[in-house]
Formats: sequence, C-alpha cells, structure tokens
Amino acid sequence: MTNPLNPENYEATGLEFQAENTQSNLTFVNLGPSHPATHGTLRALCALEGETIVAAVTEIGYLHRGFEKDAEVHTYQQVIPYTDRLNYVSAIMNNVGWCKAIERMLEITIPPRAVYIRVLTSELNRIIDHLVCVGANLVDIGGLSNFWYTFNVREKVYDILEKLCGARLTSSYMRLGGVAHDLYEGFENDLKVVLKEIWQSVKQFSKLNNNKIFLNRTRNICVVPKEMAIAYGWTGPTLRASGINYDLRKEEPYYCYPDLEFEVPVGTIGDIYDRIFVRMLEIEESIHMIEQLLKKIPTGPVFTEDKRVALPPKTQTYGNIEGLMNHFKLIIHGVCPDQGEIYDVTESANGELGFYVISDGGKNPYRVKCRPPCFMNFAAYHEMIEGHLIADAIANLGSINIIAGELDR
Amino acid sequence: MNSALFQFLNITIIAFVVWLIPLQFIPFLIWLERKGSAFIQDRVGPDRTDVLGFRLFGYIQNFADVVKLLMKEDVIPLQANRFYFLLAPFWSMMFSLIPLMSIPLAGSIHWINTTIHFQVVNLNVGLLFFFSITSMGILGIVLAGWASNNKFSLIGGLRSSAQMISYELSMAMSLITLLVVYQHADFQTIVHEQTGLYHFFGYTMCLPNWGFFLQPIAFLIFLVASFAETNRNPFDLPEGESELVAGYHVEYSSIKFALFFMSEYANMVVVSFLNVSLFWGGYEVPYVSTAQLIQSPRIVLLVLSGIIFIMGLLVFVVLFRHGWKQRTLYNGVKKWEPFLLGTGMAFIGLIFLILIPFWLHWNFPAWFPLALTALVQFGCLIIKVVFFCWLFVWVRWTLPRFRYDQLMNLGWKIMLPIAMLNFLVTSIFVILK
Repeated sequence: MTNPLNPENYEATGLEFQAENTQSNLTFVNLGPSHPATHGTLRALCALEGETIVAAVTEIGYLHRGFEKDAEVHTYQQVIPYTDRLNYVSAIMNNVGWCKAIERMLEITIPPRAVYIRVLTSELNRIIDHLVCVGANLVDIGGLSNFWYTFNVREKVYDILEKLCGARLTSSYMRLGGVAHDLYEGFENDLKVVLKEIWQSVKQFSKLNNNKIFLNRTRNICVVPKEMAIAYGWTGPTLRASGINYDLRKEEPYYCYPDLEFEVPVGTIGDIYDRIFVRMLEIEESIHMIEQLLKKIPTGPVFTEDKRVALPPKTQTYGNIEGLMNHFKLIIHGVCPDQGEIYDVTESANGELGFYVISDGGKNPYRVKCRPPCFMNFAAYHEMIEGHLIADAIANLGSINIIAGELDR
Repeated sequence: MNSALFQFLNITIIAFVVWLIPLQFIPFLIWLERKGSAFIQDRVGPDRTDVLGFRLFGYIQNFADVVKLLMKEDVIPLQANRFYFLLAPFWSMMFSLIPLMSIPLAGSIHWINTTIHFQVVNLNVGLLFFFSITSMGILGIVLAGWASNNKFSLIGGLRSSAQMISYELSMAMSLITLLVVYQHADFQTIVHEQTGLYHFFGYTMCLPNWGFFLQPIAFLIFLVASFAETNRNPFDLPEGESELVAGYHVEYSSIKFALFFMSEYANMVVVSFLNVSLFWGGYEVPYVSTAQLIQSPRIVLLVLSGIIFIMGLLVFVVLFRHGWKQRTLYNGVKKWEPFLLGTGMAFIGLIFLILIPFWLHWNFPAWFPLALTALVQFGCLIIKVVFFCWLFVWVRWTLPRFRYDQLMNLGWKIMLPIAMLNFLVTSIFVILK
C-alpha cells in the first residue's frame, strides 16, 4: 500500500512536485473519502499552503457498483431499477434516459400520454434534484436551516411520487414502451398545491440575495470560464452557469419539449453564485412547464401496443397460442433489439445523461456505457479549487452537484 | 456571628451558586438550541425521550445524551500527545466556569451589621480579570488542535487562535471605551452606574441609563466579537463542521468531547453575563432601583403574582388549544404535560391573587424585603442572559459561515478601526465634559 503523504509517493498519487516543494511548508490534507461535505465518497488530496490549496488531485471509484457490467448480465427491462441508483436524487430521469435509448433502438414510439407523463415526472425530478443540490450546497457554506426549507418541499413532491409510483426515492416508474401505470385520480390537484409551495420556497430563496455573507462566499469563487467548461465537456446547469446557452431540450428537442414554452436560464461568469441561481431559475421554468403539461396532457393509453415490449392482455395470453407465446417470450427472453448500437441522450438534472448501448441481438445488452454528467464536472474539480481556500473548495463541491452514485456508477 | 466567618460562608455559598449557574445553563441551552433550531427549521425537535412519562418538552433528551456520552468508548489516538490531549478539554471547561466569579448576581444587602454580597470577589479590576480569564480558554482549543495530531484539528486550532486574537482586540477596544465612560473596572460600580434614567446632554430621556444607550457602537462591536469569541456561527471556523469535519475536537470522543461541547455553551453563558452586566444594566430592574425594591415588597409581590398568573394563563390557553388539536404525539401517547404546566402556573398565580387581601396587610419580617429584592434582581439578570443566549441560537441557525480571510478582513479592517474611532471620540467627549 502506498502512503500518499510519503514524499516518495507523490508521483504515485499524481502530485508531481519538484524536490524543493517537498521540502517546503506544504500540508497535505485528504478531503474525503469520508468527509461530511463530500456528498458520497470522493477523495481530493490537497496540498495546502496555510489554508490555500496550491494543488489538488481527485480520486473517484469508492462507490463503484459496476452498473455497466451489471447491465450486461441483465435483460433490458431488468436494467431499469439499476438506473434508479445512478443519480438517486432524480431517479425517474435516469429511467427515462435508459428507456428512451432502448426504445429508439427498437424503433418504438410510445403513446402521447406516456410521453407527457414522462416529461412531467422528469421535470418534477429536476425540481427535486435542484432543491437537494442547492440545499446541500448551503449546508456546506454553513447555513444549515436552508436545508430544511428546500427539503420540506422536496418531501411533499416525494409524497406525490410515492402515491404515483409506490416508492419515494428509487421509483422505477418507467417501462420500455411507456410508464408503469397511469396517473392516479387527484394527481393534478395534489400537484397544484405542491407547485404553489415550491414557488413560495423559490421566492423565499431569492431573498438570499440580501445576505452579505452568502454573497461573499459565493460570488467570484471558483469561476469556470466558458472555454474551460467546454474543454472539460460540461453540460447542464453548470455549463449554462458559465454563460453558454446549451440545453438539449432546446438543441435536440425530444418528446414534447418543442410544444412547451420555456426559457433556458444562463449565468454570466460561472461562479458558485451563478451555479446556484441557474438551478433556482430552472426550478421556476420547470414549474411553468409542469403547468403547461397539466393543461395539454392528452388522454389515452400509457403503454405502447408493440408486441416486442408490451405484454399481451390476459385474455390473449390465456385465449390463444400467439398471445401465450408472446407472453412466454417476453418473460423468458425479454426484449431483444436487433444487432446494432446506439447513443442516446436526455437532459437530466445534472446535464447530459447519455447511454451508449451495443446489442448483439440477444436478450442482454452486449455493452453499456453510461455518460454521467457529474463525471465531467468532477474532472474539472481539481483545477477549479487550485488557488482557493478549503472553505471555497467545499462550497464548490456542492455547487457542481456531485452524486457519487452517478459518478462512480 | 463572627464577621470573618460570615464572609467566608457568604463567599463559599455564592461561589457554589456561581459555579452551578453555567452548569445548569448548559442543558437548558442545549435544549434551547434543539427546540429553537427546530422552530426555525419547521421541525418538531426532540420529543421522545421520557422518564416515567415525563418528557418536559424534550428536556429529558439531555439526560439521555449524558448517559450516552459517558458510556461511549473513550479513544485516545496513539500518535496524540497524551498529556496535552487530556488536559485540553479540562482546560477549556475550567476557564469557562471561572470568569463568572467576578459578576454580581444581585445588589449587595445590608442587614443588621453585615453586608451580604452576591458576588464571589469584588475585584477592582473585575473587567480585566474577566477578560484575561476568557482569553485563557483559547489555549484549550489550541492545545486540543495541536495535541490530537490530526491535520483537520490542527487547522481548526490555528484558525481559532488567529480568530480569537484578532477579535479580542476589537472586543478589548470596545470595553476600554466603557472603562473610559464608567471610569471604573469593577462590576459592582459599573452595574450601579446604570441605574436611573439616561441623561443625554442634560436632557433626561425615558430610557434606562444602560451601557447600550451610552455606547451603542461599542455594544455592536462587542456583540459581533462575542460571537467570534465563543466560536459560534457565523464564526464557527475552528469547528467548521462541513470543512474541517469537526475542527479541533475531531479526535475527541466520549465525555471529553462533551466537555468541549459544554464549554462552548458555558462560554455563551459567560459572554452573555458580561454583555448584560456591561450594556444592559446587569441585575438592575429597569426604572426601579434597589432602594425602591426594598421599600415596597408588597407591590413587587403583587406584580410577580400577576405575571405568574398571566404567564400561566397564556401557557394554558396556547398549549391547551395547540394540544387539543394534536393531542397524540406518537404511538398513541397523549400530550398531557402542557395541560399540567399551564394549569399549574395559572393556579399558583390565581391563589396569589385571591390571597391579596390577606398578605397585603401582613407584617413581613425584616429580612423578607431584602431577600425578595435579591431574588427579583437575580431573576431579572437571568431573564436578560437567557435572551442573549437565545440570540446566539437565533443567529447560529440563520446565517451562513464566514470564510477565513473574510473573517480576518472583518476583524482587522472594519471592526478594529471602528472600535478605535469610537474610543477616540468617546475619550474626547469625556475629557471635554
């Protein structure tokens, strides 16, 4: 085992300091893997001069669960619950990402009501994700009460999701070809009440602009210029906070996003303040979108009738041999797309969530590669925090919203 | 009675009381912090732990905590400097209990031929004594940070030493201004100076003659500095929960951690006592002097029983209505304590009020007005202190934390110049007067 603090092993841990540096007054501190502010298990080895971080190396993999390998030995439908555990804060968006990729592979179109439900629940999850991110970020800055102001609302959204899907956190609501079941009766009224509360919470939150300590802690801290954001392959709110208007919902519209009116909030310089408030503005936009969706949502089935993914009705299964065979093949073999490969993306709460799937025509994917948005965010972490203080590094980690489940997969 | 023996007894008893005050305040403040933060954060707070069905609105949780902390394994890191590691928590705790010894808890009483002081020692340098002892407390934190042999705790210790030294300067400057105003450094005189009404350039205002009205700027600087001195949010950098894990006490466990925890709260109490004694009239009841209190015990009793009755009624009404709606706490346990407390208080107050015609004509023994005065003044002091302790809780759950360099900027570039300017202007005024 190599000791990272032994000067001989700097190279092994990635800190390639000159010989004179090893003799200097640098202090080496491990932020993580187990640290109250790491939001999971991450490690940042920092070389400190006083309290200033002069160099940092990040390390991931402490929460590696082998999602991609797991996907190779499960059928396409069995992977859906695993995607819940990627970004567990917005589980439904991962479901949607996976299902959308596989459905495109199978060339299935899902009924419009299912599309609307998918978008609606996705936007609800985006709200939750942003609330969690911002609330947790403020805890890192030291304002513990904000955590409850955002999380209380989140709990109410979870109550709705629990009624809808039967689970709060890992809902596995999506299926290949549609959604698990239709909206329950009274969903709309429940949602309207909660939307109002979210709106109040966001408005309340904007009062943070009057808090001098908060502004000092977040403005012009860990600035990420446009070029750097692009170079690291950032997407989502963090990219938009740097001033680039890029949103997959606008650039490559999918589902019913073209029918919705919404704006993409863009930051100016890309500091922590921008990253927090881009998220808060996105919550507002999501609320508008959900209101439109509730008005426009069509009636009809929520599951496709395509025999490749949909189980036949029970009368068919018990009534004729075709139905029985269909049922049998789907249960035993699962979905079998044609040989080929696909890369499909959705705009998840953190950014571009991509699934690259290769099929050899069998019941299991031949290979799955997941592109988690916060992997790219975390790649830039060491560069962002160099030259800043420890406190900034912690505040910054919250603002780029690292979800270790998604990062390490 | 021998006067020397009497004085010895007096000092011993008061020292015991003064020693108990912060210790009794600690569980109360922890309870206040828990329930206060719960109130601020839309939560319920602790309400489950009970002894024989009594949960005292969550106060019993403290006892469970004490038992837990005593039972826990006490880990001392192998690489730690054992002596200093063990010394640090006791050092912190000790120096947060001592300073109160110079604070008067009530006005001195002259009875027969003796004077009873409600103060352990009436030092003529009381303020300086207080200040020097509180400064010693820092050493405990620095020792803990260094002796733990942990980088996080070392950074925490360094932060605390830098922070406290910087803020002690501005705190000292604001207190020196008070010295100039009062021209005395013993607390008896300082508190006594604050009786009566506030005279502003010859005009008598309807405000009490409190230090706050004489020196508002000094008070603000003192208040901010006191937050930094006690390591409370927004200045809780030495602990820096999210940054430094737990700061200087990261390696401490079991009761040694509890000692640090308790010393933080004891420091809050101590600083609040200082704050109240210097700026808010100490034990003085506003608009009422000690002599007036001694002269009219009946009015005092009347007002007291009225207050108890109204409080009891309020508690009864508020809690009863609240309790009626949600009588069930959890698992079918009924919320009956509010009823008991409310009715009890209202009942006691009512009995006092009903008995007015009887006790209004009683001839009180000679010691009674004196004892009553001391009690009322002590109660007044405690009420003021509790308010400032609540302020600590309130601010902690409202503001985010400063960054290290911002903290230093605030201390050196803003507060210290203002404090010095305030001192200069005050001195000029005092000389010209």
